[in-house]
Amino acid sequence: MPFIPHTDQEVTLMLARIGVDSIEDLFDEIPAHMRAAVMQAIPQGMSEMEVSRLMHQLAENNTRALCFLGAGAYQHHIPSAVWEITTRGEFYSAYTPYQAEASQGTLQLIYEYQSMMTALTAMDVSNASMYDGASALAEAILMAVRANRKSRSRKILVPTTVNPVYRKTAHTIVNGQQIELLEVPYDRATGTVTLEQIKQQSEGDVTALVLQQPNFFGCLEAVDEITDWAHENNILVIALINPLTMSVLKPPGEWGGETQQSRTSKGADIACGDGQPLGAPLSAGGPYYGLLCCKQALVRQMPGRIVGRTVDLDGNEGFVLTLQAREQHIRRSKATSNICTNQGLVVTASTIYMAIMGARGLENTAAACFANNNLLVEKLSAITGVNKAFAGTYFHETVLQLEAPAAEVLSGLLEKGILGGYNLSQDYPELGNAILVCTTEMRTEEDINAYAEAMRQVLEAIAASVYSSDAAMSAETV
Amino acid sequence: MLIFEHSSPGRKGAPQAPAEKASLTAIPEKLLRRQSAALPEVSELQAVRHYTRLSQKNFSIDTQFYPLGSCTMKYNPRACNTLAMLPGFLNLHPLTPDLQSQGFLVCMYELQSMLCEATGMADFSLAPMAGAQGEFAGVAMIKAYHSSRGDTERREILVPDAAHGTNPATAVMCGFQVTEIPTLDNGDVDIVALEQAVGPQTAGLMLTNPSTLGVFERNIETIAKIVHQAGGLLYYDGANLNAILGKIRPGDMGFDVIHSNLHKTFSTPHGGGGPGSGAVGVAGRLKPFLPLPMVTKEDNGNYRYLTAQDCPQSIGRLSAFMGNPGVLLRAYVYMRLLGREGMVRVAEYATLNANYMMAEAKRRGFTLAIDDRRASHEFIITLKNEAHEYHVSAMDFAKRLLDLGYHAPTTYFPLLVPECLLIEPTETEAREALDGFLDALEQIRHEAETSPELLHAAPQTLPVKRLDEVRAAKQLDLAYNS
Repeated sequence: MPFIPHTDQEVTLMLARIGVDSIEDLFDEIPAHMRAAVMQAIPQGMSEMEVSRLMHQLAENNTRALCFLGAGAYQHHIPSAVWEITTRGEFYSAYTPYQAEASQGTLQLIYEYQSMMTALTAMDVSNASMYDGASALAEAILMAVRANRKSRSRKILVPTTVNPVYRKTAHTIVNGQQIELLEVPYDRATGTVTLEQIKQQSEGDVTALVLQQPNFFGCLEAVDEITDWAHENNILVIALINPLTMSVLKPPGEWGGETQQSRTSKGADIACGDGQPLGAPLSAGGPYYGLLCCKQALVRQMPGRIVGRTVDLDGNEGFVLTLQAREQHIRRSKATSNICTNQGLVVTASTIYMAIMGARGLENTAAACFANNNLLVEKLSAITGVNKAFAGTYFHETVLQLEAPAAEVLSGLLEKGILGGYNLSQDYPELGNAILVCTTEMRTEEDINAYAEAMRQVLEAIAASVYSSDAAMSAETV
Repeated sequence: MLIFEHSSPGRKGAPQAPAEKASLTAIPEKLLRRQSAALPEVSELQAVRHYTRLSQKNFSIDTQFYPLGSCTMKYNPRACNTLAMLPGFLNLHPLTPDLQSQGFLVCMYELQSMLCEATGMADFSLAPMAGAQGEFAGVAMIKAYHSSRGDTERREILVPDAAHGTNPATAVMCGFQVTEIPTLDNGDVDIVALEQAVGPQTAGLMLTNPSTLGVFERNIETIAKIVHQAGGLLYYDGANLNAILGKIRPGDMGFDVIHSNLHKTFSTPHGGGGPGSGAVGVAGRLKPFLPLPMVTKEDNGNYRYLTAQDCPQSIGRLSAFMGNPGVLLRAYVYMRLLGREGMVRVAEYATLNANYMMAEAKRRGFTLAIDDRRASHEFIITLKNEAHEYHVSAMDFAKRLLDLGYHAPTTYFPLLVPECLLIEPTETEAREALDGFLDALEQIRHEAETSPELLHAAPQTLPVKRLDEVRAAKQLDLAYNS
């Protein structure tokens, strides 16, 4: 009996104390004709040894190709200590810290996480985390609609340089609340959104604007100029960021404020993003966590858990969940969100990751991603048939246009053990045969050379097969 | 002491990052950060020691009995963690082509199938990342179903007053109004009130069964009939599925849509507050609306993700990828370990433990909230008499339990019962733990009579004493040095 400790004698004794004859009697309030039959579609139980063998086999059935895929999930080095400590039973098997005195470990850790995240983003306040980056963007939009009392339109400007999957997720979640997400097209030359395009889309009252940095194409947006313009027009700015890159890029709390007029409104109003690059493995897409930060003035509109520092009866420092009057278990239908959990364990990992890496470690990692990606792009764009799609600066992801079908190129690369990037043809058909490549600090020069060599071979093979089929066709027509 | 207070300027950690910082001069200066982020500067050992010590300030299932009602704090088998963290899963990028992710996809497909069988639903989506997001998906599907039929006047969701706070909050997030249905003293839904409340405006009813009062809703067939006849749908909040696993299935009770908290019934870790999983299951008529992505098996035996092209009526995506795959893998391993017989035993022994504790509590003179019913996998003690006689509260009992080495049960929920303790022992606890907890409760009641200051001042043995929550909310201190 897996994980059930009862001996037969104990069961007998316990049934006697209850005053029934069998365990079955305990279910006598359930109407007999509704009772479940044997669940045939569920296999018989297995021993740990058997399940272990099965899972090892299945794990081997996933690719081990060299990863140049990003597009929202990034393969970074994670110090061994991070998950060793995170999976200690005291973190792993604890509940939400509602009994504060018995949960000081988790609570202090979240307070430290909030401190690190506000330091990294230069924002005033961080919550204890949301589910992931995409759902955090949705919550940020809902929050902006509650917070912007000068606006009634519930219109949100969302440039198409924002991750397409995030836009879809945000749509699913805010859809029921009469909020309009208005797309702003990007500039084909730079792969960024321009102020001109934003202005064209923002007729009349607008509630908020989303700005992703680095954007989905890896390009860097003109965050200062756009933030100041938005604030001059009573539009709240929602920054969508990759937190690792914020160790070297201007953080959202410092965006704008360049003019006399905008100095007091400096900084994005809300910052969100996915915390995965800070210590969470790729793990097929999760669990990751969503970071959500805001200016002090918006703290009461913040969804999710927040930890505060306080004192105990003796005046000693301690930590509690605070501002709970915003939350569903108190406010029920009037809560800021239905959210109940955070991604506690992943936040634990991320906090330990940031502590071990320090600012310098994060900066060196981010800079290595940037340098490696430059090297990759340089080597790939030197190949005939591969071109950079956009001019300007990109961070650790870049859009490349290919003179061959993107799907064919990517599957050719995969045969050579290279996960070559993300095919953009579905989300951005106007870019033609375009892929998004990504390089992190984990890719060595050797890896990058291997990719370039594979790309050269794949393109040559495709060209040869096109040439031969062309030749065959022209032979037929002759 | 905070990790920041261990920091020394210039101290480097272990070589976990490239030693040199590559040049960033190609980036325009105005886009760069001017000053390094104020993160701690500590050695790896300092960090390891600090967070190990922090962990020791937590109660957890691995260290204490944790009878938290409605939370199902059962043992989280270590195998589930180890096997979900095999490199072949950990290093899998979510956008890897399907054919190169078959090992992962087969687990997800089989998990969907096993959940269908365990709950009696026609199809399942693993996308929701927590119970509340599962509720959101479920209610959004109810809305999409009615709209697809041109039935747009159904603006109201019914919720029993004993429901979890997420239920009404979710309904509002989906754009519905909420009407509460009262509960009778015996724990069943007030059928007369329900009959009066339903109508052409009713989109659905959200119900937890067994309810948060720890009893099985005996009139479930009648309730299903009333809601369905009014044109509404029936939503099952799976928070208490552990109580009935393999005994009676939500699908057979007439529910149209359910969410299952895999972090409760299927033993994935609570992790100090997440990540969870709120997989959603539906009856046939709601299948087209399930959230994406899901996994299907093709005729050639390959597995692949279903996308918006396959499911044009789907309510859409709830996350960037597929919910919390690492959590889903842990649930998969757990289900394979237990198998169909093991799952039925879950409900049997969880129920045995709860009924034993309830009988023993009564014998030891505690007042039960509902006296003449079977407990499900949890039951409620009300301390209103003790509160009245000794001027101690359920909160005092809870804090004193911490001193005695037991995590407190859920207090002050459900809101209907004054001074309540909602106790859920789970199937993985041995009788010694149950008896030890009851002894502690008795001891505390005795202390309440003889030395109530012990309760008022509790806890005394933990890293901190009772904390000033009012000060925390008034003098907000949410980050170090901010």
